[in-house]
Amino acid sequence: MAQHQVNYAASGGLPVALTTVDKLVNWGRSNSLWALTYGLACCAIEMMASGASRYDFDRFGVIFRASPRQADVMIVAGTLTKKHAEFIRRLYDQMAEPKWVISMGSCANTGGMFNTYATVQGVDRVIPVDLYLPGCAPRPETLQYAVMLLQKKIRKQTIFQKQKPKRLV
Amino acid sequence: MMRPYVPKDNVQKRSYYTDRFWVAPKIEEEDVSKDEVFAKDVEALKSRFEIEKAFLQRGQLIVYIDPSLNLEVLRFFKEELQYDMLMELSAVDYLSRSGEFEVFYQLLSLSKRKRARIKCLIKEDQAIESVNPVFRSADWSEREMFDMFGIKVNNHPYFKRILMPEDWVGYPLRKSYPLHGDEAAQWYEIDKIFGKEYREVVGPEIRDAAWVDPKDTENFARYGHEVPKGAPYDSEPMEIESFNEDAPLVETFDLKKSKIVDRDR
Repeated sequence: MAQHQVNYAASGGLPVALTTVDKLVNWGRSNSLWALTYGLACCAIEMMASGASRYDFDRFGVIFRASPRQADVMIVAGTLTKKHAEFIRRLYDQMAEPKWVISMGSCANTGGMFNTYATVQGVDRVIPVDLYLPGCAPRPETLQYAVMLLQKKIRKQTIFQKQKPKRLV
Repeated sequence: MMRPYVPKDNVQKRSYYTDRFWVAPKIEEEDVSKDEVFAKDVEALKSRFEIEKAFLQRGQLIVYIDPSLNLEVLRFFKEELQYDMLMELSAVDYLSRSGEFEVFYQLLSLSKRKRARIKCLIKEDQAIESVNPVFRSADWSEREMFDMFGIKVNNHPYFKRILMPEDWVGYPLRKSYPLHGDEAAQWYEIDKIFGKEYREVVGPEIRDAAWVDPKDTENFARYGHEVPKGAPYDSEPMEIESFNEDAPLVETFDLKKSKIVDRDR
């Protein structure tokens, strides 16, 4: 029988990688951000373009899901009306922890040009927002950059702590 | 119908402001006899109903009727006069002028290629009969009229608000309704989701797009009094020697040489 002795330490090919649990979990979380399909207005067109082949969100692990229970991040793309506000809150509550929110475009950030009675003046009045993405509407590259920033943010988090309470609990 | 041509050579120079209180001149009212088709229609209409006023404006017939006759008159227009489409139905708020709404029905006759508008004036709390049996397209329009003006419609098959939520307070298209909403509207989503006691936590809506919190040191720096990011507003300012360390080609800004025009800004 042939005897094979591999000197792992000498060849530098040690089959052991050292890391922290934080890094490992955050690597997983940040690279598979499944987004909840939340197109409300014209920003949704840009969001759809980001998901389609030209900009290809799949490269970032962002796959759009139509169910809040399967989603990690809610991309609020468009104008939130007061009639709809209770439903966005309900869908946010139905998402499993950990969850993040990207407020996409001027309307979602502040109400934008709809300074009227029927528009919520910023989704952060209803749900806590992690990332505000300016633009009217933001281009797909901008949304990709926002997702990359969110990934950066996620990588900084520690998993053992409870998530910091956001503005609204 | 095309708008009459007006030369636009000197538009930029001519008017640099608009008068907010300018009242548009009333469109000329012409006699019904100017148009043969309309003259015949009005004649037939007058033989059946009592109409208050009839005239032509911009080539369209306008008839004022009593609000109690609306269903019968519309049925007459559809079945006898061949106005077979109801294009639009809504109301105009004249409450401050005369305490009345003006309800209008815009009709189109494809065979005659004519448009007619039937109007009637109703009081604020007066209900009007649904024209749904004659024109099915009136269904949603009447609901919208109720939603926006609060005009009640009798014998409507499914009478409730169409655009605003059902627990909405007030009628948004009335002239007395504020653009930013009344109190119920401004706190609508907070009251509904979190309850009234949460109003203080969330705070009122920021309606001024240019508003910047002067005490916000997280997102803004106060010029001439730069405190560290997130530090209290009136804490000791930082010593900033140069604003452009990263940009060597830019001349260094000297705070002492500069003149601050408005310190508050």
